[in-house]
Amino acid sequence: MPGFDFSNHPRNLALHSRGVPLPKATSTGTTIVGCLYSGGVVIAADTRATSGPIVADKNCEKLHYISPQIWCAGAGTAADTEFTTALISSNLELHALSTGRKPRVVTVMTMLKQHLFRYQGHIGAYLVVAGCDPTGAHLFTVHAHGSTDKLPYVTMGSGSLAAMSVFETQWTNEMSRDAAVKLCAEAIQAGIWNDLGSGSNVDVCVITQEKTELLRNYITPNVREKKMRDYKFARGTTAVLDQRVITKEEISKYVTVQEIGDEEVVGEKMEVDS
Amino acid sequence: MASLFHAPMPSTGPGYSFSAQPTAASAPRQHAGFYPYTDNGGSTLGISGATFTILAGDTRSTSGYNINTRHAPKLFKIGGEGPDNLNARIVLSVVGFAADGNALKERLDTVVKMYRYQHGKEISVHACAQRLSHILYGKRFFPYYVTAILGGLDEEGKGALYSYDPVGSYEREQCRAAGAASSLIMPFLDNQVNLKNQYDPMSGQGLEKVQRVPEPLPKETVEEIVRDAFTSAVERHIEVGDGLQMMVITKEGIEETFSPLKED
Amino acid sequence: MNHFPEAWGRPRDEIYGAYNPTYLPSSLGGAHQPTTRTQSPIVTGTSVLALKFSTGVVIAADNLASYGSLARFTDVHRLKPFNKRAVVGFGGDVSDMQYLDRLLNSLDVEENYTSSTGDSKQGGEEGLVDAPLMSAKNLHTYLAKVMYKRRTDFNPLWNALLIVGLDDQSQPFLASADLLGTTFSAPSLATGFGAHLAQPILRRVVPNEAASRELSREKAVEAIKECMKVLFYRDARSMNEYSIAVVDENGVELSENEKLENQSWAFADRIKGYGTQVV
Repeated sequence: MPGFDFSNHPRNLALHSRGVPLPKATSTGTTIVGCLYSGGVVIAADTRATSGPIVADKNCEKLHYISPQIWCAGAGTAADTEFTTALISSNLELHALSTGRKPRVVTVMTMLKQHLFRYQGHIGAYLVVAGCDPTGAHLFTVHAHGSTDKLPYVTMGSGSLAAMSVFETQWTNEMSRDAAVKLCAEAIQAGIWNDLGSGSNVDVCVITQEKTELLRNYITPNVREKKMRDYKFARGTTAVLDQRVITKEEISKYVTVQEIGDEEVVGEKMEVDS
Repeated sequence: MASLFHAPMPSTGPGYSFSAQPTAASAPRQHAGFYPYTDNGGSTLGISGATFTILAGDTRSTSGYNINTRHAPKLFKIGGEGPDNLNARIVLSVVGFAADGNALKERLDTVVKMYRYQHGKEISVHACAQRLSHILYGKRFFPYYVTAILGGLDEEGKGALYSYDPVGSYEREQCRAAGAASSLIMPFLDNQVNLKNQYDPMSGQGLEKVQRVPEPLPKETVEEIVRDAFTSAVERHIEVGDGLQMMVITKEGIEETFSPLKED
Repeated sequence: MNHFPEAWGRPRDEIYGAYNPTYLPSSLGGAHQPTTRTQSPIVTGTSVLALKFSTGVVIAADNLASYGSLARFTDVHRLKPFNKRAVVGFGGDVSDMQYLDRLLNSLDVEENYTSSTGDSKQGGEEGLVDAPLMSAKNLHTYLAKVMYKRRTDFNPLWNALLIVGLDDQSQPFLASADLLGTTFSAPSLATGFGAHLAQPILRRVVPNEAASRELSREKAVEAIKECMKVLFYRDARSMNEYSIAVVDENGVELSENEKLENQSWAFADRIKGYGTQVV
């Protein structure tokens, strides 16, 4: 069966009426903005993800890929923005394949609003949709309940008012690319400094008819200062109460052991203190 | 530090009974009305040493997702002379509802100053600590919504630190973190100050292992631990930041410093 | 004697007449209504903005009093000067503002009596001296205590106040107090919607105290006017007529009928629909 599974709904209703709260979802408390300029469109986002008052991710990505020339900035429930944009991205690719044309921003906006309206706001995705297509550069916002807006500059998320204060004082018609990028970065910073739900770095995405530039961590004004002390523990600080060596032969009884050679395992490098 | 009085009713864990009566928590309130408390965020922390006590707190004041101000001190000199509390030897830190914190500070300050006028001598930290407990318990059924930490030097000149819950339960401790990021800072203090769950690497193996014994730390070390605690709390708690206020109480007096923290 | 013990030992109604129950609460048949308190604001004012500059403070608030979403009164002045050295800006409930205004007036009268009968050490012309006026800082302490007392009595004054002026050292002073008695101060402050929309702009002008000591009066007034404009664009409970006051060494300069200037609606002409519409 495709779609969501609602079989736990009556149970959760019973739990909720007895005072058991819903599990807390990671939300991108967020400042996201977008701005049209002569020749293209810019969107930008901060990089803080929160769970209540706790910072869940200091450098998350809120600019989501829809198609090469269409990108989405997402605020609200992190899972909802990620899955909704991924779903629409997939469907858009199929749509582009079946029509044999480049996908349009209005198509994305319409698919998103119809999807979100169907779920009556329960999918907590608040999106800024931007991109270039054969009909020009476009910028929209889509709210979780399915309403949309089409404006030359937009902001969303908990830092939307802080960001809007920048647009309302500094936006002008027909800006250059650099002026638009600078303005969007300023708007995101207004959110970073003034809204507790937003923080860390500025991500920017510039879309023109020719190409898309994703400027990940365009500004990093919140690098952590060096710690004053060293927190390495001497070997043997943790007590080992019992120790058992399990040989390869022994474990082979339960699982298949396969040697992968001596070369270093290639994986993502862990972030460690310098 | 047991503050049971405002614990929310629900989520007694998965072991609840379905036949139980629905709790009041689920009944939606008809009218929002007036709620006399708010949370202004922030965190404080205190560590006592052999000859000193250090108290620290961030200077951010919040309401919701807004920053009220980047410079709202949470540490106050208690007693001393005049409105600027010159030559004071006791420091009170309050975190929680700032208006209550302010009222509490004013009351304790008045009490300590009255003590000197009436007895002709400075109050001891020990007596001041007990008095603070009584002030808090005096509002048992309309509490000061604050977590207080009181610091000074005891009669032997050793660092003294007292921590409180909002209704006056108190205890003398080596170290204590309070406020929004207390659950982030306190485990760090348990590890670095009280050396909890750490064993001497030189000692034997298994059950022969000997626990590391915590001993009073030098002032410089404590100052470094305090700053690291706060820079780390700033990274992971949205209500902590902007500035770090530190007060070091020694027999020479109180040394107060402000240093910047991240403002995002 | 009857079978109702609650009636035993009481004067008999047929001889003495029934009790007069009017002094009792209505639950026992009396005429007394329960005492009422402000449970929510009714007629309200929106944001108040203020900014410190090198020699003084500028404060502004629009002239609208809303009744829910109705723009009810358009000539309500929410900046109240006090003592020639301070101004109080009121957000929130207008009736509570008027109560506080009356309180401040009687305080002012009292202060003038006590200070003008002080010893005439310098010996002015009529034997009167300029005894120190209550500073803005003193006024803030007073108002904060009034607000905190009322919240503690569960009878709040539903306001957010900004108090501006000069402190005891004649330095610029700016602080706030709200219905809970919470107080704080900063180089720039804004209540209500302004805390979201105007404060980010003002903080860029004065990120800290040092920056506010460098700020000129002209730049400060300009920044506040810009913020009033942004609030008019985006706050649905605001209007384009406002009061603005500057307090410095020379006293209070209050203008209560300013109009927003140089609004920009440049973005509007290209908007067509909200989605797929093109005409």
